[in-house]
Amino acid sequence: MSKDEPLLSAHDLHCERDERILFSGLSFSLRPGQILQVAGANGSGKTTLLRMVCGLFDGYQGEIRRRAADWESFLGSMLYIGHRPAVNAALTPLENLRWCCRLQAPTGAKTTADTPTEADLIDALQAAGLEGYEDSQCHGLSAGQRQRASLARLALSSARLWILDEPFTTLDGPGIRWLQGLLQGQRQRGGAVMVTSHHPLDLPDLSSLHLSP
Amino acid sequence: MTAPAPAVTTAAAFRATVQRDLLIAVRRRHGALNPFMFFLITAALFPVAVTPEPARLAEIAAGALWISALLAAMLSMDGLFRADYEDGSLEQLLLSPHPLYFLVLAKHLSHWLVSGLPLVLASPLIAAMLSLPAEARLPLLLGLALGTPALSLLGGIGAALTVGLGSRGLLLTVITLPLCLPVLIAGTLTVQQTLQGAPLAAYLSVLGAILLAALCLAPLASAAALRLSSG
Repeated sequence: MSKDEPLLSAHDLHCERDERILFSGLSFSLRPGQILQVAGANGSGKTTLLRMVCGLFDGYQGEIRRRAADWESFLGSMLYIGHRPAVNAALTPLENLRWCCRLQAPTGAKTTADTPTEADLIDALQAAGLEGYEDSQCHGLSAGQRQRASLARLALSSARLWILDEPFTTLDGPGIRWLQGLLQGQRQRGGAVMVTSHHPLDLPDLSSLHLSP
Repeated sequence: MTAPAPAVTTAAAFRATVQRDLLIAVRRRHGALNPFMFFLITAALFPVAVTPEPARLAEIAAGALWISALLAAMLSMDGLFRADYEDGSLEQLLLSPHPLYFLVLAKHLSHWLVSGLPLVLASPLIAAMLSLPAEARLPLLLGLALGTPALSLLGGIGAALTVGLGSRGLLLTVITLPLCLPVLIAGTLTVQQTLQGAPLAAYLSVLGAILLAALCLAPLASAAALRLSSG
């Protein structure tokens, strides 16, 4: 398996929802070190495409090839954060992050040593700008802070493929710079990112995919 | 690459999910105790509405308690996956590399510990209130201990199927109730037949068999239904 083989490639995707064609004849690939920004008007199918790629939605025609031995190892090498940030309002950012990390720990590991320690979790939350909020329940946090609590997982992730749906939406200026730094770090480790955003990303060598009906 | 999973991390994911759901239930204790309160109130209404006369009350007590338990379980099912669906946690469950079977089982375990176990433990007290003969209280307790987790597991299928629907109304009950009827029948029979001298183990083993079958199969059905609902 060559190092530069695409982590993900899609061929001739066709998707209809509610008798409307979202996209047709769509092909793209995602190689290690690549950041792919998916753009398009509201309702053009960006979220649907992302959910198709990670296997949450299968109402499409065409083929998506994933570089993984089997489905479990694909899931173990992939991290998806949807537009609903998977942050439970009754839990603290620390408790939410701990659960997500345990849930995503790869099945191949013989011990739980690969999963982040408590200190790692707290470091990740501090880097996310949530210092002092680790132990406050999330219903008291703003939308942007919840988004940060969700995105803190990225700093702990060793997944090769990140699939992020509108991660910039509620972030402020420093938050946007923090997230762009995380994306750049992922690329330098040889990972890849597929991201939807209306925000113009300030990253070099950005690939883009424009969805239009 | 390491050897295929010896399930150490799957056990950790199971534990983490149970802990998380219990923690959420503790933080939202009013909502979590609703099914239990519903059970108490329904059971307490029978003497008021039917008859306060101990002899006649004793006849209907087993049925009344089981109906209250069934309705309380139905009431609590809708919340099993709803909050996770709404905040996006369900997507993370579906995308976990661990078998969804165990993760669904973890949600059921914590759900039953909060909504089912208090009901089981309080049942001898309510049985006394309804003048159920003392020798029938143990069959009732054991029957509920086997029956309520089965109700929770079977109800999970309906909850998983309807989680994506905006207006659910009675749909969840209509889907789930037929599945739960055997539990209701076996549960009331356990109490009645034991009172008439049948060996306790005979009817309890029927409930036990239902629980085992539900443990093996219901989370698989719920997992498939969750994938459909979130698609």
